[in-house]
Amino acid sequence: MPLTVHVQYFALLREQRGLAAETLTTDATDAATLYARLRAEHRFTLPADRLRVAINGDFVPWPAPLADGAKLVFIPPVAGG
Amino acid sequence: MSFTFSTTPIDPSALQTRLTDARAGACVTFEGWVRNHNEGQAVQALDYEAYVDLGIKEGERILAEAREKFAVLAIVAVHRTGSLAIGDLAVWVGVASAHRGPAFDACRYVIDELKARVPIWKKEHYVSGASEWINCATRGDFA
Repeated sequence: MPLTVHVQYFALLREQRGLAAETLTTDATDAATLYARLRAEHRFTLPADRLRVAINGDFVPWPAPLADGAKLVFIPPVAGG
Repeated sequence: MSFTFSTTPIDPSALQTRLTDARAGACVTFEGWVRNHNEGQAVQALDYEAYVDLGIKEGERILAEAREKFAVLAIVAVHRTGSLAIGDLAVWVGVASAHRGPAFDACRYVIDELKARVPIWKKEHYVSGASEWINCATRGDFA
């Protein structure tokens, strides 16, 4: 059964997507699969192995299983300081 | 909160008063400034963008780790977001401790970990007119 998930984008991904956030219906069962599809669709330049992922406000390890209503953030390489 | 983001200029003297402790014999602070060059390019300005909720959580975790590892009395750290100019203060870390050793060590630990782990991104705008998200370059071709 498809899941509804909320995705928030920052920095390079936000620019490449052209959106800061969207709600999606997907039959992907983990964040890695969802990212691969989004990357193909929107031509994101960053491969998944350069990203971290957060679900519901905290970092989780790939492939990061999804539940209905999950809030996802794909995290590009950080550059503070 | 000991780690925060600020959308407005950082005021080091105001932050330093938060470290005040009668037991402290040392205070080490670190200031990260916006410099006018990076990897051979002349930088004009930059933007910082943060995932604030997780950034605060991760920043607080780093400060808690530093308190655990080093004998310090107080730590405060602030990172700017928004548009910054050359010379602006981008990040400030302050540590107070009874003796100087732990204050130096904790300050170094905090800035190194903040840079590596907190979800904040920097876009540099170059004098040439180009701009780039730092650390996000790929070989350029879509695989």
